[in-house]
Amino acid sequence: MSENLLTVKDLKTYFFTASGVSKAVDGVSFTLKKGETMGIVGESGSGKSVTASSIIRLLPPKIGRIVEGTIDFEGKDIIKLNKKELLNFRGKDIAVIFQDPMTSLDPVFKIGNQMVEMICAHQDVSKEEARKMAVEALKKVGIPQPEKRMESYPYELSGGMCQRVIIAMAVCCKPKMVIADEPTTALDVTVQAQVLELLQELQDEMDTSILLITHNLGVVWKMCDTVMVLYAGKTVEYADTKTLYAQPLHPYTWGLLDSMPKLSDTVKGELNTIPGVPPDLRLTGNCCNFYNRCPYAQERCGKEVPELVEVEPGHFVACHRQNKENKLVRGEENRNE
Amino acid sequence: MLKTIVKRILQSIPTLLIVVTFTFILTRMIPGNPALTMLGPQAPKESVEQLEEELGLNKSKGEQYVIYLKQILKGDFGRSYSYNQSVVELIKERIPNTLVITLTSLLIALVLGMIVGIVSAVRQYSILDYIFMVLALIGVSMPIFWLGLMLVLVFSVNLGWLPAMGMGSMAKGVWDVVSHMILPCFCLSTIPMATFARITRSSMLEVVNNDAVKALRARGLREGVVIWKHALKNALPPIVTVLGLQLASAFTGAILTESIFSWPGMGTLIVSAIDNRDYALIQGVVLFTAIVFVVINLIVDIVYTVINPRVSYESGKGGN
Repeated sequence: MSENLLTVKDLKTYFFTASGVSKAVDGVSFTLKKGETMGIVGESGSGKSVTASSIIRLLPPKIGRIVEGTIDFEGKDIIKLNKKELLNFRGKDIAVIFQDPMTSLDPVFKIGNQMVEMICAHQDVSKEEARKMAVEALKKVGIPQPEKRMESYPYELSGGMCQRVIIAMAVCCKPKMVIADEPTTALDVTVQAQVLELLQELQDEMDTSILLITHNLGVVWKMCDTVMVLYAGKTVEYADTKTLYAQPLHPYTWGLLDSMPKLSDTVKGELNTIPGVPPDLRLTGNCCNFYNRCPYAQERCGKEVPELVEVEPGHFVACHRQNKENKLVRGEENRNE
Repeated sequence: MLKTIVKRILQSIPTLLIVVTFTFILTRMIPGNPALTMLGPQAPKESVEQLEEELGLNKSKGEQYVIYLKQILKGDFGRSYSYNQSVVELIKERIPNTLVITLTSLLIALVLGMIVGIVSAVRQYSILDYIFMVLALIGVSMPIFWLGLMLVLVFSVNLGWLPAMGMGSMAKGVWDVVSHMILPCFCLSTIPMATFARITRSSMLEVVNNDAVKALRARGLREGVVIWKHALKNALPPIVTVLGLQLASAFTGAILTESIFSWPGMGTLIVSAIDNRDYALIQGVVLFTAIVFVVINLIVDIVYTVINPRVSYESGKGGN
């Protein structure tokens, strides 16, 4: 087993809005090892992106705040970093790839200049050296005519090309970790596959860890070593990918996996969904967040917040009905009621 | 690019023609007779008629219009009756005086206004933001003639620190020139400064919290670089638009301010031209104003292509 790179423990990030405190992230814990890829899945609003923003401390000023928990990156607590240390941390230790490549580059500066700017911000090199490194990186991510592309503006490139540029920029500073926040959502399906392959190649080459945020379970299966399932700001299940797909334990995970359309579904009809809607994040925190949608809910689920427990080595789940002694089986009758 | 410029210049011809026609009609509609104004109310009828003939005012309005158009095409803006000088000469004489105060105050307004706007945007809803925006609101809504008179009252009449009127002369030293400029420049810069502050703030607010800026921060760039280099360049277009308009009016002078401080610039020139029913001078100054506006708008459009590469005037090129 390789060593831990990032350990997040009981992270809570709240948004203090005029209409109340929104608990966007309310108890997220996971560990990312060196060179591994972890997926974060969950529906919109489950706190995936806020978790990522918390890790790089880029929450909306004033409104968003980390109220509890620790983020340990190679022994240093990210939450305690000062402004200057943060600048060195962002971009250099952790690079982020955002969802929409077209809005992740500054539209009014040439691509080359933006890359050189970032390289010079983190490495002690001259502008000429930085330019060479940028061209090299563009070549590496498969951009044709990299010298020419250095002089292009972002709008002159397609979405897939922009995402390649962003990946090139991310890897220029050889980060230890890359956060990819739905890196393929805004791209065509064929381009999605190329971008994911590119990420994997670079990971193999540089031994980078990747935190992949997505709501595409197929992508998780292909890319990730471990998966964390988020629901309403909380980690509900966390395991290595194979285990999670083979023996999912949380009723929400079951619902997610069932919602995935399969090629083997011969009968045409409605797609599976989880009935109901996620709770209002201003009102959570008193019971299991999935209580009102869970077909297996019991009285206790409506009263107590379930702890995240390790039911099997490396397999964590937060559900009152799942523990070491007594496991809930999928499809089982709700006989305790 | 050259094609665009030529096209735009050709497009401006109808605009200028309309301006010329309207000024011609409007000046003729001002009550009063130039010959009578020049000679005084007691002048004998014969001398008035004689002067009218000399000035070509006895011809029909249509004929006068055609003659005027022909003159303009030859580049001749005519002669001012009241100053007995060619209109072009007069404008040439007055323009530097006007530009000295208008450009100085515009520069001050631009620099301070943008700084205030950026600080307000970056610290939105802070006390500083509220103070700045209240000041800006006062700035845009203050009647300039009132402000000018108050400045004269306080700093010239009561305190006696600064001269109330006229231009200084270099012969008396630099301070003489500067001291004469302080009050008019202050007066002239309030409205543009407030306008720049407000437009910069709103434009920056649209930019500072968008995804591109978040991505820049995620790259680990210094906050100063993110705001003053990236966000500002993204926020520039509306500021440049306003700057263009302000710059154009800078050339035409500030009628109120120049009148209050008796500044011998374009503003006082047009006021005296109207007072004297000096048709040629009124028409000349207005046409000059129109030309300046057209040219500066063209320059602003060209500057857009520099600050925002997505703007392109060539057909078949350009982004979203």
